[in-house]
Amino acid sequence: MESHYLTVHELEELLRAGETTSLEITEAMFRRIDAVEERVHSYINLMKERALEAAEASDRRRRDDAALGPLDGVPIALKDLLCTTGTPTTCGSRFLERFVPPYDATAVAKLRAAGAVILGKTNMDEFAMGSSTETSYFGVTRNPWDLERVPGGSSGGSASAVAAGECAASLGSDTGGSIRQPAAFCGIVGLKPTYGRVSRYGLVAFASSLDQIGPLARDVEDCAILLSVIAGHDERDSTSFPAPVPDYRDCVGRSIKGWTVGIPREYFIEGIDPAVTAAVDRAVSVMKDLGAECREISLPHTRYGIAAYYVIAPAEASSNLARYDGIRYGFRSPGERELLDLYRNTRAAAFGSEVKRRIMIGTYALSSGYYEAYYKKASQIRTLMKRDFDKAFASCDVILAPTTPTPPFKLGEKTDDPLQMYLSDVFAAPANLAGIPGISLPCGFTADGLPLGVQLLAGYFEEGKLIQAAAALEKALFTEQRRPAL
Amino acid sequence: MKITKDQVSHVADLARLTINEQEQELFTKQLNDILMYMDMLNSVDTTNVEPMTHAMEGTEAFREDVVRSSLPLDAVLANAPDDDGASFKVPKIIE
Repeated sequence: MESHYLTVHELEELLRAGETTSLEITEAMFRRIDAVEERVHSYINLMKERALEAAEASDRRRRDDAALGPLDGVPIALKDLLCTTGTPTTCGSRFLERFVPPYDATAVAKLRAAGAVILGKTNMDEFAMGSSTETSYFGVTRNPWDLERVPGGSSGGSASAVAAGECAASLGSDTGGSIRQPAAFCGIVGLKPTYGRVSRYGLVAFASSLDQIGPLARDVEDCAILLSVIAGHDERDSTSFPAPVPDYRDCVGRSIKGWTVGIPREYFIEGIDPAVTAAVDRAVSVMKDLGAECREISLPHTRYGIAAYYVIAPAEASSNLARYDGIRYGFRSPGERELLDLYRNTRAAAFGSEVKRRIMIGTYALSSGYYEAYYKKASQIRTLMKRDFDKAFASCDVILAPTTPTPPFKLGEKTDDPLQMYLSDVFAAPANLAGIPGISLPCGFTADGLPLGVQLLAGYFEEGKLIQAAAALEKALFTEQRRPAL
Repeated sequence: MKITKDQVSHVADLARLTINEQEQELFTKQLNDILMYMDMLNSVDTTNVEPMTHAMEGTEAFREDVVRSSLPLDAVLANAPDDDGASFKVPKIIE
């Protein structure tokens, strides 16, 4: 059976009907991984033995009529910055190449408790710093739709694994677009929840006021299923929010007739690829056909988003990454006789150049004499961006905009020009700065067959609205089932 | 110039990073490009605007101060680059 392109909910139905077993599905998934991994390279480490055991355990529960819910027996991949006991959690870095966490991240523990079969850990930009998965110490991941192009980043492996049929769904993290941008580039759905919706315990920190874990999947319903499992308050993450977790799947299939959809004029800037504009225009007209009122709105501070983001995120990163000192875990430069040399040479040897660059920007932005001009200023502009969104959501149910300004770019195209790389997140980063949820879903292809994404944004903890609108749009946009020619 | 080669060296030192001459050149150029781009922030009037440091401000979480067991010693030391079974080992700090 060719199960590798089935959705989570399709697998759930087959499992429930007894038409297949988790072991069959999981074994088929590893065969698929064997067949395509050499070309795509979605994974850093696989967890085959443990996955097969988990699949057998799931099948036993199923036989005993004690299945745990929609994810029981379903194969899932994890971005390699989610801590997993017994398997390295590398963050795409030489520094953590052999780091085996002593605990599971809360999101991982919740997936395991729901019966999910964890297949392995996916490739990513080092410490999630990048937009193309090219900064990984473990080599690049290729876009399954065109192997000469990037899958996006930083959750590039999590996105390519879904697109290439190497898992049913995956988890990633989104600090400035790192779920939505690769989802758009790989032709899949990716959801960044509201800041605080999902516990960050066991998520290796990049920029703590922006980081959020979320699902990447083949459709909106699958994202809803995963989000319902991983969301919720966790006493080990004091920034996780104690709001009740609805069954987000209930929002799929509902009408959005009479809703107001905001189209922010600042997201249609010079330099945006005409194919992106055309695909997003089509999504707008589909929304109108669904009975929604589409209204032009203004988010006037959008253009400052990347500048503010690249002050705030590196500032937080420079502080978070101070823990990598070569003392308690991870890499240590051998033979050092002086403590300061040990720190400096360990960090110099084990961090790649993008990580060093961001530590430098952040250290500079926080240093004496520059703090006011950079960090404080950026944080004030963050307030203004949040106010823009608050004002918009006073009159709109959701906002619709392109996820990225261009289709997936070529490998190596932006690696020598960090600023150009940063600008690929121009439409994604504002949601992180404000803390609101966003979802990217496929909305067409370029003439060359490259996938394009459209994103929807909603107010704080309005994931239900997001899923309702995205599922309606997905259903109405859908014309033909395309798969990458792998 | 927003940042000079000497300043780049100083920042690397603050960040506990050894950088070679080639990296110093490259970072000076790249950091200048990036900081110039960030100059656009100065065109925004932020008089009387409170800085935002967190998406969920005003939601400070409190919990009971209960003593709980921490990770076992061997689990903590399992990832240590160098240890003596009870502590992390580091080079001599005080002469």
